[in-house]
Amino acid sequence: MTHSPHTAPPTRLQRVLASDFVFDFTRAPLAILAAAVVAFLFLVAILAPAVAPTNPFDPASLNLMNGFTPPMTDNMFTGERFVMGTDDQGRDLLSAIIYGLRVSLFVGVMSVLLAMGIGVSLGLVAGYVGGWLDNLIMRIADIQLTFPSILIAMLIFGVLRGIIPPDLRDEMAIFVLIAAIGLSEWVPFARTVRATTLVEKEKEYVQAARLIGLRRGQIMWRHILPNVIGPVLVIATITLALAIIAEATLSFLGVGAPPTEPSLGTLIRIGQDYLFSGEWWILTFPAVTLLALALSVNLLGDWLKDTLNPRLR
Amino acid sequence: MLIILARRLAQAMLVLLLVALISFAIFRFVGSPVENILGQDATVTDRNELIARMGLDDPIPVQYARFVWKALNFDFGISYRTAEPVADLIASRLPATLELAFISALMALSAGILLGIFTAIKRGGFIAGFVMTTSLIGVSLPTFLIGVLLIWLFSVELGWLPSFGRGDTVRLGFWETGLLTVSGLKSLILPAITLGLYQMTLIMRLVRSEMLEVLRQDFIKFARARGLPERMVHFRHALRNTLVPVTTVAGLQLGSIVAFAIITETVFQWPGVGLMFINAVYFVDIPVMSAYLLLVGTLFVLINLIVDLLYLAIDPRIRDRNLRGGGG
Repeated sequence: MTHSPHTAPPTRLQRVLASDFVFDFTRAPLAILAAAVVAFLFLVAILAPAVAPTNPFDPASLNLMNGFTPPMTDNMFTGERFVMGTDDQGRDLLSAIIYGLRVSLFVGVMSVLLAMGIGVSLGLVAGYVGGWLDNLIMRIADIQLTFPSILIAMLIFGVLRGIIPPDLRDEMAIFVLIAAIGLSEWVPFARTVRATTLVEKEKEYVQAARLIGLRRGQIMWRHILPNVIGPVLVIATITLALAIIAEATLSFLGVGAPPTEPSLGTLIRIGQDYLFSGEWWILTFPAVTLLALALSVNLLGDWLKDTLNPRLR
Repeated sequence: MLIILARRLAQAMLVLLLVALISFAIFRFVGSPVENILGQDATVTDRNELIARMGLDDPIPVQYARFVWKALNFDFGISYRTAEPVADLIASRLPATLELAFISALMALSAGILLGIFTAIKRGGFIAGFVMTTSLIGVSLPTFLIGVLLIWLFSVELGWLPSFGRGDTVRLGFWETGLLTVSGLKSLILPAITLGLYQMTLIMRLVRSEMLEVLRQDFIKFARARGLPERMVHFRHALRNTLVPVTTVAGLQLGSIVAFAIITETVFQWPGVGLMFINAVYFVDIPVMSAYLLLVGTLFVLINLIVDLLYLAIDPRIRDRNLRGGGG
């Protein structure tokens, strides 16, 4: 806005860098740290096959003699060293965590996308179309909201497991998990989108769009949706933290990721068994990774919420 | 007043019927009841006989009505896994869960309110700041990690408290209680803390922010100006006005305590209904899942109803508004 006439018009990148959003970000050390941790963990998860020292799911790479090697010490039989030690089957814990992180993040992100898809669509329809449809959707949302989402996720998981034939259960477990968590978290999206849609649909640009004869679907998806997306992103970030913890909880309870594809929660479950016999590292490292991930995403979500909320500015 | 009550009750009944419908659908349509009971290689005559006996060939609404009627008489069918009646299973496990939930709710509520008042009055003090920061960690830690952490500290390292089970129990009629023996009480401590910690931090933060809000208002200044002792101002004037939101949240949290009991019970192998439910999910024991849903659903609807009615009792303003506006 304050550019003098003889400077060139700013490029898109310059405009982004000069925005309030980036300005705020560079002055929030905690947000920078959280973003860095999240970015690092995502990168490690995506590049898992390249970064991990071994492939923990390749039986050929396992040597039972390596079992229970403490971190940073030579194994007494094979003399091999592992940064974070090994578990009962001689699996390198660092690799298991990297692959587990991959499963956790995949389930987390996919279930947030699912929840977002369902919630945003239903919220838009409820807000824009209104009437009995609105009533029906919001009643269902109200009822679902009275139950904690982790309970709903467990129920959906159990029901879907019952529907899937027994021999496919382990193979499909990850997708069942995504469906269960996604279906349990759509309500906040729907409520927010509906509330914003109710405000937006009275505005002039929507009336103009209606006047030139655009169809309802077009108005909803192309005109209203871009204007309600801000709060949706905030909720998505917060839901990601919830979804990661929900996934870890379900897997910890033994009703989530199968042992053949362990997530961080599964690793913690395995580690708990060895707490009493002194093999602390099998539990500690996955737990710390999960905490770092959940805490960082949470902090990032909190910061986003404060920054994007116009009332707090 | 009566009209509000009637409307609220009708609403609750409707939600209950809906919950029953979902749990009926799970019971009837997830997996095949006949195959689960008879096994896959039963003869056709056996099957047809069972179908007729269970009434599975009746119209669906009739089956639904029968399901609701049976549930009202505490008949939830027979567990596929243990072949026991589900009602007996639940009855034998419910006391353990209720004791755990009650103790941790009590703990969360009392400690939460006290700490909330404390941190509000002593705002900016060192200890209050320390409590607030610690509570932030308490909120971010997943329940199961808190449990594992407590087991590690108090059972493995210090060896003070048992890490699993209920300890010795005493039978009082149909109720098996762990509250009367030393080992029972000792076994209760860690699970109760695990379950209550999150709720405690929530209540504490809520009481604190509500107290701070109320303490800023004019009637508090007036009470101070009248020369009332600080204790009176804080507890009689300020605290009472924070109780409405606290009741709501505390009431609704009671529901989450029951849900999160599933996690705590699994961590501590506490023989309650939560552990039963997780096992049912794992082994796809449909009748148990369906009955659990019905049980928890009823509990939640009841809690919501009570919280709503408590509003009316606590805050005369809501009561009067409803009387004038609600046409009662």
